[in-house]
Amino acid sequence: MAYSKKLLDHYENPRNIGSLDKNDDGVGTGLVGAPACGDVMKLQIKVGEDGIIEDAKFKTFGCGSAIASSSLVTEWVKGKSIDDAAGIKNSEIAQHLALPPVKIHCSVLAEDAIKAAVSDYKVKQGVGEKKIKAAE
Amino acid sequence: MGKDTGEGGNGAAKPRWNKNSPLYLDYQATTPTDPRVVEAMAPYWTEKFGNPHSRNHHFGWEAEEAVEKARAQVASLIGANAKEIIFTSGATESNNLALKGIGLFYKEKKNHIITCLTEHKCVLDTCRHMEQDGFDVTYLPVRKSGLIDLRDLQAAFTESTSLVSIMGVNNEIGVIQPLKEIGALCRQRKIFFHTDCAQAIGKIPLDVEDMNIDLMSISGHKTYGPMGIGALYVRRRPRVRLVAMINGGGQERGMRSGTLPSPLCVGLGAACAIAEKEMGAEAERLRLLRDRFYEAITSRLTEVYLNGDLEHRIPGNLNFSFAFVEGEGLMMGVKELAVSSGSACTSASLEPSYVLKAIGVDVELAHTSLRIGFGRFTSKQDVDFAVDRIVGEVERLREISPLWEMAREGIDLKSIEWADH
Repeated sequence: MAYSKKLLDHYENPRNIGSLDKNDDGVGTGLVGAPACGDVMKLQIKVGEDGIIEDAKFKTFGCGSAIASSSLVTEWVKGKSIDDAAGIKNSEIAQHLALPPVKIHCSVLAEDAIKAAVSDYKVKQGVGEKKIKAAE
Repeated sequence: MGKDTGEGGNGAAKPRWNKNSPLYLDYQATTPTDPRVVEAMAPYWTEKFGNPHSRNHHFGWEAEEAVEKARAQVASLIGANAKEIIFTSGATESNNLALKGIGLFYKEKKNHIITCLTEHKCVLDTCRHMEQDGFDVTYLPVRKSGLIDLRDLQAAFTESTSLVSIMGVNNEIGVIQPLKEIGALCRQRKIFFHTDCAQAIGKIPLDVEDMNIDLMSISGHKTYGPMGIGALYVRRRPRVRLVAMINGGGQERGMRSGTLPSPLCVGLGAACAIAEKEMGAEAERLRLLRDRFYEAITSRLTEVYLNGDLEHRIPGNLNFSFAFVEGEGLMMGVKELAVSSGSACTSASLEPSYVLKAIGVDVELAHTSLRIGFGRFTSKQDVDFAVDRIVGEVERLREISPLWEMAREGIDLKSIEWADH
């Protein structure tokens, strides 16, 4: 299976690896997937007073497509409002990286990770529903 | 790069690989055809092209002589008589013929088969089909080592057991089943013993008399011979009878019709002859390489787990779980190496290896596994290169892994309620 140049670039030179302070009220954390399924993504966003995402970090356990998908979305969400970020569709991620059909679930997971991070941020700000599960 | 360094075992000439190819470390998937085997086969494509079953002229006789020599070479490697070797298209066909052939022949009196959970898919899938056709099949569990417990085997015997089918060497974890002990138990009970030795042939000493083996499946391409050829050893005394799966001109004592592919037969024979001559020294050479690999990986990385027993194992196989690093992601990182993973991120089911599951490896760890296979053309430099690449990539991917980070923070990953997806 041949992977696209964009995918390989994100896998070999992932952007924005790392962690933000999950106890900071301005940071939203999304942790999605499960070790038993072979994919876990942690995506964190740092949101400014104006509701714009200032920074994003990720860590991913998974195949190359999962790592590349999460790396890509950290680039995409920066500078976006939280609602715009939460509107990113998995199909856009899959298309950009030219994911093969068996890897579409990696882009779904990346979309879920953004939504989970935004949701966590909103809960901290007192505007969202509290999620009991670590991941959704 | 460690790609084309050194020479293979016993000074065997390496196949001419493209220098941009990755380093091949997947010898349980297939083995390159030994150049000496290719050389032996060559004339049988061209000037010695005859049909070995043609009885009326030189071309047929010449091909027949070559095929019979090959048959004797295969037989010699396992302590059999040449007449007991049936050529087939490969181990999958041999396994089908052994299981279905015996099963159907004795079905009226006995319809129970015993096999094991970690067999190759071609045995398991054949058994599933036979269950649909009314056979009873017992799938023995394996211990953490990957080996069956002989007490489980004894407990599984019934009055209607016709056949026990247990593989010689596992294709994923390389462990060697206790063939001699299994053979003795089967012989006592007058139950036929079949063993899939696709991964064992030429790797470990095999003797059908000493081990009381009644049927043995053999593959060409797992032992430096060509693809598309294999064999089934079928014991003559006491006689093993089976129903043919392929009917036709009655070749191979009526058990497998079809014109024999003489170049492929010659290749399998040559591969077996080389193995018989070089196996002892080659096993020792590979054991040193394996130990070097094992020591280096386990001393340079923490939280690495070997899957399957180390002692009862062919020297050319290692199967590690690199905790917190997903296997397919790791394979993509070590792209200079051709290895294989027990992870199954590409499969629709997301189910990792059933073999690792059977030996009790947690599904989380099964996703982090890598199978590394060495063989005749692997050198010490190759091993050092592979170790460096794997260690470097595991370290890099652990820095990216949220699970590694959580484990370092002392979070018990099992305490987290992960979502299904």
